[in-house]
Amino acid sequence: MSGFDRSNRRLRWLMLAPALGFVGLMIVFPLLFTLNLSLTDAFGAVNAGKGYNAGQNYLDALGDGRRFWPAVWRTVYFTVGAVVIETILGLAIAMLMRKPFRGMRVVRTILMVPLLATPVAIGILWLLILDPTNGIANHLLGSVGIPPQEFLGSVSQSLPVLMLIDVWQWTPMMALLLLAGLSTLPEDPEEAAQVDGANAWQRFRYVILPGLWTTLMTALVLRAVDALKTFDILYATKGAGGGSDFEVETLNVYAYGLTFDYQEYGLAAAVLVLFTLFIVGVVVLLRRRSREASV
Amino acid sequence: MSGTHLNRRAFGRLLAAGAGAAALAACGGSSTPGRNTPLRISAINHVWSQAVQKRLPEFEDSIGRRVSMQLLTADQLSSSYNVKLNASANDIDVMMVRALQEQLLFARNGWLTDLSDLVADQEFDWADFQDAPRQRSITRDKVLSVPVVTERPALYYRKDLVDGPPATLDALREEAFRLTTADRFGYVGRGQRSGAVTQWSSFLYSFGGDFTTADGGSGIGSPEAVAAYRFYGELLDRAGPPGATNMSLEQAMPIFAQGKAAFYIDADAIYSNFLDPAISTVQEQVGFAPFPAGPAGSKPHNIPSWSVGINQFSMLKDEAWQFIQWVSGPQMVTELQAAGIPGARSSAWEDPSTLTAFPADLAEAMRINAENGIGHDRPEVIQVGRARDIVGRPLVAGIIGQDVAPVAAEAHAEFADFLVRDNRQQEF
Repeated sequence: MSGFDRSNRRLRWLMLAPALGFVGLMIVFPLLFTLNLSLTDAFGAVNAGKGYNAGQNYLDALGDGRRFWPAVWRTVYFTVGAVVIETILGLAIAMLMRKPFRGMRVVRTILMVPLLATPVAIGILWLLILDPTNGIANHLLGSVGIPPQEFLGSVSQSLPVLMLIDVWQWTPMMALLLLAGLSTLPEDPEEAAQVDGANAWQRFRYVILPGLWTTLMTALVLRAVDALKTFDILYATKGAGGGSDFEVETLNVYAYGLTFDYQEYGLAAAVLVLFTLFIVGVVVLLRRRSREASV
Repeated sequence: MSGTHLNRRAFGRLLAAGAGAAALAACGGSSTPGRNTPLRISAINHVWSQAVQKRLPEFEDSIGRRVSMQLLTADQLSSSYNVKLNASANDIDVMMVRALQEQLLFARNGWLTDLSDLVADQEFDWADFQDAPRQRSITRDKVLSVPVVTERPALYYRKDLVDGPPATLDALREEAFRLTTADRFGYVGRGQRSGAVTQWSSFLYSFGGDFTTADGGSGIGSPEAVAAYRFYGELLDRAGPPGATNMSLEQAMPIFAQGKAAFYIDADAIYSNFLDPAISTVQEQVGFAPFPAGPAGSKPHNIPSWSVGINQFSMLKDEAWQFIQWVSGPQMVTELQAAGIPGARSSAWEDPSTLTAFPADLAEAMRINAENGIGHDRPEVIQVGRARDIVGRPLVAGIIGQDVAPVAAEAHAEFADFLVRDNRQQEF
């Protein structure tokens, strides 16, 4: 290797150094810090005296049938429920909006509104609408003879209601992503299928869907990861601990509570590490399914 | 090409220089703050803080330094301390804290400055503070905060619906059930697992129970505690609004203010909401009464809900103490109390001019509740948040109509284990 090549290589590293430094400082360091913290009995303050406890936090978390495993279940239930509905509705809306129609711009703008609002504002908005005593929802239900509901005040209704709020907010994003995917599909295969006598469902199932598959899986991964990490709307509507019976306490809410309400930093870090591994697992699984299907 | 040539040594020097510059920049904040640095106060968004904020120019003139006061909700304030003080931040000088919620933990973390020598100043008159709030300011023989707002529960009732306030809890229940109709709730109160614990404490004491036993064990499995759980749960289940388990002060208070409930028990400090025409439709009908008596008498809590302390990492401790002297001195406490904000100084309570600020029946209720009061409204532990979550579960079971006894037994066992662990953490 010539001297020029060597100096060129060093210069390359020097040029990369700011970006690498940023990644190291903002991503790698917090991850390593959290990993280290998860192996300690840190309590009260992060900088207080602490000792390593040989993975006890992981054993405590995995052996906790009262809070940890129900939180895992709620995280999965919320994510799967919300994302499946959003995907189906998003795809339906995208198919309806595929062909230009009068007022298309207005409809697209209206679709964007829930996406633009902040989750806390959405939480407060729905809290007011669904207030069991003064909310307009029960007033409307009452006008058609349906008895009043507790909605977010109910231990059993809260999680399904929050799933529906998530659907309300994020279906438009799925629709817009899928609409973008649909607009890139060539029209010839669909027209050829139509000429060959394929009905609408067959054209959708055997022509459009395979072409849209990559976009659909990408949208699914993005939305699933986002839904897994949902925190703001849960916290804004149900407060610390995910409600009086922990009814909407997902892993994110649980880890927040361990950190800020209980100051159990070691256990909170262990839960966050497990949560991160869980998210990575879901992404890997979805990506693998996507690749297998597209081969 | 020589312009781009970089040998290994030069590359190393460049990195070392960069690291050195970053380290110097990081250390730059540790010098003594200049006159332009404001005194920073983190406070709860409360009528007390708002009243103090209006008077800040007077204090700024006296110390010759600008004051910056940040108002947050209780949860935000607590999270902000956790984030900042974990990083030993010095951008908070005066901290508003809940002595019963955070002080023990903050003392363990070494986040609060020892004020023992400062309060000993005769002019400050530490002995003038009521005994219960003063005792709650002391942790491990050190004064770590100074109480500024005190709180007791009050019974808010509708004078147009009953002849007089119920004197006992049994009478309250009977009246609440009787007054429950299709468009009115007999009773409204907090029902959230953690949020309800403080208000429920007065029911617990009045039934003869407490959170812990004399030897430090769990008290929530006692027959008295189970009876108090059952009573509170049944009251909200049968006479309360739907969705009560999602209700804290912010949700419960408007229901009474809008004339939709006959009785409401909550902090006496919020009485002004019911007299405010912008919020309340019951200004003329609302009455105030002492906490009704249970089987063990009327035993409401009487606590320092908010206190002020000094951040251990503050660079402006002298000015911070000047602020505390100003804001908790006899004159200011009397003036604030005369404006309807109950403080912790006995001299202010003894001053007849301060009582005229409150409606007569409320002033009387506050006096009686203070006399009968118990100095805590939640378990006195380090991890108050976890303790409240455990203690509050049987409350929720009662409110949603479940059998309280098995849930209380389970919570009792969990609380007993928790207390053993918490006691270990208290060895500091």
